[in-house]
Amino acid sequence: MQFGIFSVGDLTTDPTTGRTPTEQERIKAILTIAQKVEEVGLDVFATGEHHNPPFVPSSPTTMLGYIAAKTERIILSTATTLITTSDPVKIAEDFAMLQHVADGRVDLTLGRGNTGPVYPWFGQDIRQGIPLALENYALLRRLWTEEFVDWEGQFRTPLQGFQSTPRPLDGVAPFVWHGSIRTPEIAEQAAFYGDGFFANHIFWPASHTAKMVGFYRQRFEHYGHGTAEQAIVGLGGQVFMRKNSQDAVKEFRPYFDNAPVYGHGPSLEEFTSQTPLTVGSPQEVIDRTLGFRDYVGDYQRQLFLMDHAGLPLKTVLEQLDLLGEEVVPVLRREFAKNRPATVPDAPTHASLVAAAAAAPVGASVGAPVEVA
Amino acid sequence: MTERTRTIAVVTAGLSQPSSTRMLADRLAEATSSRLAEKGIPAEVRIFELRDVALDVMNNMLTGFPSPKLDAVIEAVTGADGLIAVTPIFTTSASGLFKSFFDVIDNRSLTDMPTVIAATAGTARHSLALDYAIRPMFTYLHAVVATTAVFAASEDWGSGADTVKTLPDRIDRAAGELAALIAASDRSNSVRDPFTIDASFSPTGGFQPSI
Repeated sequence: MQFGIFSVGDLTTDPTTGRTPTEQERIKAILTIAQKVEEVGLDVFATGEHHNPPFVPSSPTTMLGYIAAKTERIILSTATTLITTSDPVKIAEDFAMLQHVADGRVDLTLGRGNTGPVYPWFGQDIRQGIPLALENYALLRRLWTEEFVDWEGQFRTPLQGFQSTPRPLDGVAPFVWHGSIRTPEIAEQAAFYGDGFFANHIFWPASHTAKMVGFYRQRFEHYGHGTAEQAIVGLGGQVFMRKNSQDAVKEFRPYFDNAPVYGHGPSLEEFTSQTPLTVGSPQEVIDRTLGFRDYVGDYQRQLFLMDHAGLPLKTVLEQLDLLGEEVVPVLRREFAKNRPATVPDAPTHASLVAAAAAAPVGASVGAPVEVA
Repeated sequence: MTERTRTIAVVTAGLSQPSSTRMLADRLAEATSSRLAEKGIPAEVRIFELRDVALDVMNNMLTGFPSPKLDAVIEAVTGADGLIAVTPIFTTSASGLFKSFFDVIDNRSLTDMPTVIAATAGTARHSLALDYAIRPMFTYLHAVVATTAVFAASEDWGSGADTVKTLPDRIDRAAGELAALIAASDRSNSVRDPFTIDASFSPTGGFQPSI
C-alpha cells in the first residue's frame, strides 16, 4: 500500500501571525515538503493544478521535474490534472517527458476542476465538463498507446498522423487515476478503462465515499478487469497531529477556523465528526485511518492533505516527521493484516512494464468488454 | 385496493414561537390531508421547521455538503409526494433562510414535485411576493406549483380579514389543487438511485477505445 501527501498549493495568510508568504516562498516550501516525503519514508507526492490565485501550482510537471531530480524513490503524481481545460496533447507530452526525467516514477490523477471561470479562460464551457473529460482522455490514451494518431473530436482541432513526443518511457503510459467527489460518470470511466479511482474524501462524509468506491468496484468487475476487490482505489485524508491530542486541537483550530475552504462554517468538532479530518494524537490518526478500510475495502493509496490553510513550513515538516515515524509504519503493518493476496498493489512503472512484456503481442491493455 | 399512503413534506421558515408562518403551514397540511382523505387516500404529514437546521443550512453553503441532520431533512423533503412551502416575507421576498434551504438542495431533486407555496407578512401589500419571487424559484426547480398560492397577512388571523374570499377559503382551494396533484404522484414510491447513469452514456465519449 502506498502512502503520501497531496498539496492543494494554496497561498494563505497564517492566521496566527498575519503573515502571508510570497509566491516564491510558498513554491519553494512545496518543493521542500516533497523532498521531506521521501526522507520520512513515504511513497507519493502529488500536487494540485490551479489557474487562479491564491493557488500557486499552475505548472505541475515543472515542479515535479525539479522534485524528480532531488529524490530517488517517491512517485510523483498530481491531484488533480485538469483533463477538461488542458489540451490532452500537452498532457501527453508533459507527462511522457516527466516519465523520462523521473525514470518512470510518475502517475497522474485526472480531475475536471470546479472553478467556473477557468473553463472560459481556456476556451471551454463548464457545462461540458463530463464530455470534455471523456473525449480528452480518449485522445490522451491514444496519444500514449499509438504511434501516429488521426483524431477528430468535438473539442480540439483535428490531428492527422500526429505523433506526440517523447514517446512514453519503455512504451508504457503512466498509470492514470480518475478523481471525483460525486460524479458516478467518472467512476464509470475509471472502471471502463481499468484505471484507478481516487476519492477526494476530505470534503464529503464517509457514507458518500463508500457508495462511490463501491460503485467503481462493481463496474470495474463488470468491465472484466478483475474482481471488485481488485479495483485500484485511492483515498484522500486530512490530519493534524501532536503528541497530545489537546495540543493538536489547540494549535490547529485557528487554521481550521480561517481555512479558505471550510473556514467560518462548521466547528472543528462538527467537521471532524462528519468528514475524515482527524486532529489529535498519532494513535488517533492511526485508528481513524484504519477505519477507512471498513467502508471502502482494501485499497492501494492513501494521501493526506498537510500543507494548507497557512500552516508554516516548519509545522508541516514536523507533521511529516510524525507521519513517517509514528503513523505510516503502523498503518503499513495493520493494513497488511488480513489483506487478501489477490488484492493488487497500485501499478507502478516497473509493474506496468512487466505486464506489457508478459502480454501476448497485439493484446489490448485493459481490454473493455463492451463499448456503449 | 387500499390506496398507498402519500407523504406530504411541510417546510416552514417561520422564526418566532408561536409563528404565524407555522400556523399557516399547519392549516394547509390539515386541509390537504382532508382533501386526500375524501379521495380515500391516507396521508402522512412531516413538518420541518428550517430554524431547527438553520446553522446546518449555512454550513452546507460554506462546505458544500450537508450535515447528517440536514441530509435527513433534505431526503425527507425531496422524497415526498407533495410539498407545502411556507415563508415569511422579509424585505420584499422569501426569508433568506427559506431561500438558502432551496439553494443547497440538488437543483434536480424537486423536479415534478407537487407544491403549494404560501407566505405570511404584516400587511397584504406584500402578497405579490409569492408570484414574483417564490413561484419563479420553484418553476426554475421544475416543481409543479399549484396555481393558488396562499398569502396570510396579520389581519387575516383576526377581524380585519377579507370576508369574501376568506383565509380558510383560500387554504381550501390550494389544498384541493395540491391534493389532486399528490393523488397522481408516485414520487415517494419510486426508487431514486444517484448512481443511475443515462443509458446513452459512453465512458469513452463515443470514441473507439485505443488498442
